[in-house]
Amino acid sequence: MKFRSRRGLAQFVALLVILLVDRLVSPQFFDLRFQDGRLFGSLIDVLNRGAPVALLSLGMVLVIATRGIDLSVGAVMAIAGAIAASLADSHALPLVLAVALGAGLACGLWNGILVAVFGIQPIIATLILMVAGRGIAQLITEGRIVTFTSGDLAWLGNGSVLGLPAPVVILAGMLIVTAAVVRGSAFGLLIEATGGNARAAELAGVGTRATLLAVYAWCGLCAALAGIIAAADILGADANNAGLWLELDAILAVVIGGTSLFGGRFSLVLAVVGALIIQAMNTGILLSGYPPELNLLVKSVVVLTVLLLQSSRLTAIASRFSGGKP
Amino acid sequence: MSRLPPVVITAMVLLAGFVICAIQFPAIASTRVVANLLTDNAFLAVVATGMTFVIISGGIDLSVGSVIGFTTVFVALAIEAWGMPPWLAFLAVLSICALFGAAMGGIIHHFDLPPFIVTLAGMFLARGVSFLLSTESLPISAPVYSAVSDFALRLPGGGRVTAIALIMLAVVIAGAGLLHLTRFGANVYALGGSRTTTALMGIPVGTMTVRIYTLSGLLSGLAGIVFSFYTASGYSLSAVGVELDTIAAVVIGGTLLTGGQGSVIGTFLGVLIQGLIQTYITFDGTLSSWWTKIVTGVLLFAFIALQQTMITVARRSAARAGARP
Repeated sequence: MKFRSRRGLAQFVALLVILLVDRLVSPQFFDLRFQDGRLFGSLIDVLNRGAPVALLSLGMVLVIATRGIDLSVGAVMAIAGAIAASLADSHALPLVLAVALGAGLACGLWNGILVAVFGIQPIIATLILMVAGRGIAQLITEGRIVTFTSGDLAWLGNGSVLGLPAPVVILAGMLIVTAAVVRGSAFGLLIEATGGNARAAELAGVGTRATLLAVYAWCGLCAALAGIIAAADILGADANNAGLWLELDAILAVVIGGTSLFGGRFSLVLAVVGALIIQAMNTGILLSGYPPELNLLVKSVVVLTVLLLQSSRLTAIASRFSGGKP
Repeated sequence: MSRLPPVVITAMVLLAGFVICAIQFPAIASTRVVANLLTDNAFLAVVATGMTFVIISGGIDLSVGSVIGFTTVFVALAIEAWGMPPWLAFLAVLSICALFGAAMGGIIHHFDLPPFIVTLAGMFLARGVSFLLSTESLPISAPVYSAVSDFALRLPGGGRVTAIALIMLAVVIAGAGLLHLTRFGANVYALGGSRTTTALMGIPVGTMTVRIYTLSGLLSGLAGIVFSFYTASGYSLSAVGVELDTIAAVVIGGTLLTGGQGSVIGTFLGVLIQGLIQTYITFDGTLSSWWTKIVTGVLLFAFIALQQTMITVARRSAARAGARP
């Protein structure tokens, strides 16, 4: 427990440092205003813009904890966004949500079946949907950028609850639900057991197939929700660009959150913190007036640094120097 | 049937696809269309040759699309803005790309990190650097470019095998030779079979890993030069998503994504299958280009399922053989 709290500390300190740097760049960064019944300010903006990637990382962290990976989340976002935008003006919101989320769940189950039942490597299994998914989304939008005017769906992107933007509230809700399901039951342990050593877990009586199916399905659902929010935010769906490269951001968020790509122990909260760190960097670069293209460079340096810190080789070298146990 | 090597199945799929296309649109069966197929997919075949080595060795290289984008921008700037002679620009960019690949291979080996995340960071880095160099589409008007685009071997029937198609064919043949005829190639297969066994056999795993990613970086750079010949320009957003097309071509070509099996010829056929789908869509005229993605996805699934079945069958027969006294 002590180890874990120490591990979490690094991410929170990193987030704080980045926010402080942002404050240096833009003096109004910490200002919050209450206007028209909702909060405004750069901090709220970071939360709001970071919500889709944070939602993706909630699903992704569980998949990665089983020693898997889901490359298709960006494509699933595009599919769910396309469905939601196409249906929004002609159907009631509950139906729109049900169909879009259902599609995400189906995509997740497809990935899950390939991984759990057919035993295909996760990176390869989810590659299929990553390639074909955007084509499917184009099929739904018929190659156009579909726009809608429905206020109900738009509310999910720019409405507010108790002063907080709706995406942030949805993210908080999903975090609580996921944490309750995963940590409130033995499910989290089953996930960690599957990721630690699938064969040993199977022999110990863990239903690894069911666990994998559930985890990929949940990841698909989270991706669909992120896609709906992204579509609601811009009042339309662009099958080509919705969620493009966000699978990479989600993986990055999970890695920054300290979850090992080799499976096992994971943290939901730290994955969300990881997503916020990425967003705080993005916002900071935008505010500082540097070209946004710099983002990709900064991201690549961050990934490498975090990976090298996680690397067991480096730990071994460090412990040899300090003379302590690794 | 189950004994057929995957590359034969790929060849059959290509042949069947070509026959179907030719029946529907007889114009497809001409040297002109076939030669264009080679030209249009030249850069893809070059980069896929490098990717074949990486995947057979059990790795993956997600950075190739970004490296192609970087190369086109660098070449365009070097020739047009910095006034470098083209050959020097090519030499410089190929060295940079090879070093970049070597660095990724070194990190993968020395820090024991999964290749996909290291090359993912490489993908961000290369794309970011090309954005920083320039975000505009830069035309290249050097005389060597018009000379290259004018050069072509005429075929009977009006087909033109262009210079970039010839470069591509040379790379594919050299790649096949390197993979199937040399010690280096044999080591690549060994690495993909089992890293531990390879190390125990005395093959320098670290050096091999670095060399394989260097080769992939080098060929990505060459593919970028070919791409810049093809479009006569450099653009930081060019070749976005090409890593997926490349991996798909390699897998459809019968290379096992878990490593240890595959061939350069299969990859070449896989590239041609993707090109054929695109040609069909162009001829049809009513289908949108996104059908390419769906059909590629379906083919990808079919080949992965096929490989999985073959592995399962092989494991079962191995288990049966092991059970015998």
